[in-house]
Amino acid sequence: MNQEELLNRLTTCVEKGKADRATPIPPEMKDMEGASELTVQLLNAGTSPEDILNRALIPGMKRIGDQYSRGTAFVPHLLLSARAMNQAIVHLKPYFDSGEIESKGIFIIGTVKGDLHDIGKNLVKAIVGGSGWEVVDLGTDVSSDRFIRALEENPGASVGLSALLTTTMVNMEQIVKDIRARFTGVKILVGGAPLTEAFCKKIGADYFTLDPQQAAIYLDTTKQL
Amino acid sequence: MGKIIDLLNARNILVSDGAWGTFIHQKGLQPDACPESWNLERPGAIYEIALSYVEAGADLILTNSFGGNPFKLMPYGLDGRVYEINRAASEISRRAAGDSVLVLGSVGPTGKMLMMGEVTEEELFNGFTEQIRGLCDGGADAILIETMSDLEEARVAVRAAKQVAKLEVICTFTFTLTPAKEYRTMMGISPVEAVEMLIAEGADIVGANCGNGTAGMIEIVKEIRSVYTNIPVLVHANAGLPVLIDGITVFPETPEEMAPQMRDLVKAGADIVGGCCGTTPEHIRRIVEMVK
Repeated sequence: MNQEELLNRLTTCVEKGKADRATPIPPEMKDMEGASELTVQLLNAGTSPEDILNRALIPGMKRIGDQYSRGTAFVPHLLLSARAMNQAIVHLKPYFDSGEIESKGIFIIGTVKGDLHDIGKNLVKAIVGGSGWEVVDLGTDVSSDRFIRALEENPGASVGLSALLTTTMVNMEQIVKDIRARFTGVKILVGGAPLTEAFCKKIGADYFTLDPQQAAIYLDTTKQL
Repeated sequence: MGKIIDLLNARNILVSDGAWGTFIHQKGLQPDACPESWNLERPGAIYEIALSYVEAGADLILTNSFGGNPFKLMPYGLDGRVYEINRAASEISRRAAGDSVLVLGSVGPTGKMLMMGEVTEEELFNGFTEQIRGLCDGGADAILIETMSDLEEARVAVRAAKQVAKLEVICTFTFTLTPAKEYRTMMGISPVEAVEMLIAEGADIVGANCGNGTAGMIEIVKEIRSVYTNIPVLVHANAGLPVLIDGITVFPETPEEMAPQMRDLVKAGADIVGGCCGTTPEHIRRIVEMVK
């Protein structure tokens, strides 16, 4: 198989959530190589880590993200794709560490204080990470202090706040205020089922979306500025 | 036959209750506190909520146990008290219900994903079993597994309920309208797929809750009824779709607006109707007037 074919197959593995040979899905790819094995093959064949990332992994995540946006793929598909991508990224880690390839930047994400729901946060993490950003996941029930500490450790990072409950989304306002008081120019994204554009504006966040793919697209635009 | 189906046969249409979560917060529960902990700490407040729905004329009331599984209670350090918390939940609603109202023991999702390996089927089964045992011993008349989105988690919950309880088992999923204009759970399950599994597992009553106002629920019930004509259907609709007013999310439909739509919901094939997010005892009072 030539390099182009391998890259195409790797893209398909990420899109379909085929992490490695042992992954039982999708049924039509049973016992075939997955994202992990194909990435090793490509590296051994001399394909650059950058090409693997930009021409196979990111396009694969974009395909599933687009399907999710259109309502033809759902939560499990997205998470399985992210797992497949992560299995591939394991092999690229040395090249990230050495600086041979770089992420687009750092995105800090967490579910806000008082809220323990993590599915929406994990979807955004999957898609934003899958589009080439390094994601720092602070988990759930995250206070202002922890967002601020993460920003101190990662200067220039953007921040994503998630909430599922109407009772906890109000905590976003204080967190945005606390971040703004300490840092200038931090891009703050907010999302979660009960949120609206108007709420985002009111609390002084920069961007609201319910669609993980749109969050990734927005972050890319902040980088170009 | 079980108690709920018997009551349904006797009364033709049943009305259950409205929202609990928002109600508890109104009574002072802090956003970062565990709602189910109040079954032990503030049973009087929980009793008042239950009683307000009995007084509104509901035939069925729920229990304050939606997040009463070990996975949801763990972050609050309460996972060692699953049985106790759920038993108390049933006892409180049972006491408010009196003789003429039946109690549905509420069981919500765990928030853990089987397919991602966050939890095993056995752990899920054991967790649900412990919760449902508490609900049964506290006097629930039936088990209501609600707000489900994953077919496998719901299947495990129904099996646990069937095994523990000799009670009727009701299971409802949460569907939303996708950009492709289809009703699906967030895991991609359609109403017909959900009901097919539930009937196969022996659920007595199926349906939908949350995620929609009554208008959306009418479409969902029509989808279910296009395939399954006999199984009783329960619907708990939100008071419309949330809107933001003065920075606060509110469910906009007043009791006067919501209740008339319930007639169409019943006409579409729902047998048991009630409210979810944003509904109050006044909504239930109006719904009782409208459909009875």
